[in-house]
Amino acid sequence: MFIINCPYCGERDQTEFTCHGEAHIARPDNPSEISDEEWGKYLFFRENPKGTHFERWTHDHGCRRWFNVMRDTVTDQIIKTYKMGEAKPVISNE
Amino acid sequence: MKYSLYNLVKNSFSYHENWEKAWSSPDLKPEYDVVIVGGGGHGLGTAYYLAKEFGVKNIAVLEKGWIGGGNTGRNTTIIRSNYLWDESAALYNHAVNLWEGLSSELNFNVMFSQRGLFHLAHSVHDMQEITRRGYSNYLNGIDAEILNQDQVAKKIPHINVNGRYPVLGALLQRRAGTARHDAVAWGYARAAENLGVDIIQNCEVKGIDISNGKVVGLQTTKGSVKVDKVGLVPAGHSSVLANMAGFSLPINSVPLQALVSEPVKPILDCVIMSNSVHVYVSQSDKGELVVGAGSDAYNSYSQRGSFDMIEHMMAPLVELFPIFSRLKMLRSWGGIVDVTPDRSPIIGKTPIKDLFINCGWGTGGFKATPGSAHVFAETVFRGEPNDIAAPFSLERHFSGALVDEAAAAAVAH
Repeated sequence: MFIINCPYCGERDQTEFTCHGEAHIARPDNPSEISDEEWGKYLFFRENPKGTHFERWTHDHGCRRWFNVMRDTVTDQIIKTYKMGEAKPVISNE
Repeated sequence: MKYSLYNLVKNSFSYHENWEKAWSSPDLKPEYDVVIVGGGGHGLGTAYYLAKEFGVKNIAVLEKGWIGGGNTGRNTTIIRSNYLWDESAALYNHAVNLWEGLSSELNFNVMFSQRGLFHLAHSVHDMQEITRRGYSNYLNGIDAEILNQDQVAKKIPHINVNGRYPVLGALLQRRAGTARHDAVAWGYARAAENLGVDIIQNCEVKGIDISNGKVVGLQTTKGSVKVDKVGLVPAGHSSVLANMAGFSLPINSVPLQALVSEPVKPILDCVIMSNSVHVYVSQSDKGELVVGAGSDAYNSYSQRGSFDMIEHMMAPLVELFPIFSRLKMLRSWGGIVDVTPDRSPIIGKTPIKDLFINCGWGTGGFKATPGSAHVFAETVFRGEPNDIAAPFSLERHFSGALVDEAAAAAVAH
């Protein structure tokens, strides 16, 4: 179980939050023009990395706001939490 | 050596110390016709059917850990085929048909026990769902009985039908049940090796060699190997392997937990599943209650679930069966399951020629083991999926022809 540092409320128990999958996926600007394959990739295909993952969470039982989390999927360690709209953090090689 | 009464008696004279090993540990050869990556039930079964039904001689199964150490040995062993959609019904019922003859086919007792499975309904909506699914099952030739509250209470004496979420009825599949999960891996491994398959344990694939869009070799921790065809059957690590071959998958890998209680005398002679309060339970032949529920909602490769999921399993269990409330839980464990958007597996071709994939079984792959292995063996051999496997192609995520079992059952299977 995680302790998640909500950018708005501070550290709270994981049970207050819900994970909503991979972050930083932009909806194509021209849905009517792209191919079925490109649309399928946007809808369904995910990075699913073994390592650093960027994902969206909501603080359902708190401020009810959305934010992003940078987390290692092998150790489950949360590296960083940041607000929606902030730039995607760079993965360091350490 | 065949397992038989004759050999049992014969070996008793030497105090059972001279039984042959069920399978050996051969060295990796430099070249194979077919390499199966992943030595779980689905992978070993694929190798077995490739050798037996399609006469492929030169096959290896590469397993990162040891046989039976992955999800094949980590699940709650439930087997059923009462799925809603025709495509799923065909696939899972193919598996149940094979389960029924598996112990004699493999000469290995997989302890398949058709003790019956009750899918509980707790609301009018649930009753409508099981009625719809039950009739769909009838039409697909799958046994299904729709029971009312009294019938459920009579068949399951300890159940509390008047709890917070009352039990209004159930969908019963009598051909459903459980099997000994380790024995499935061991049985397929032994039977495959008897047909000449090399089972290479502690051999992790580190790279996939591709030349002109065709797979030509694999880099492993035990050296490199040349291949003609490769079947990827990697529960929990599908995306990792796909990335090595340069494509991605519509998959998220999430933790799924299960736990067992201390062993008690026989008290539950069937399998119970409840989608609405979300728990499933059966009693193993050792007497332990085997309990499972939903997966965690976040991606992880840690093979460890979160603690609050354990409470989410136990609360509905003791509500349904107050008699279990004083049982101690002995062990809990987690596995990593590959979940697809429609909760149906991916079986078939990949963007790389002669590289095939069988993955995305999510939280319910064990029940499909023989059927999955059988149709995937044919896919690898012919280079094209058969009628049962065809709807589960990777391509369905572009065409939109999803087999949406998640919506059908409203639960992770």
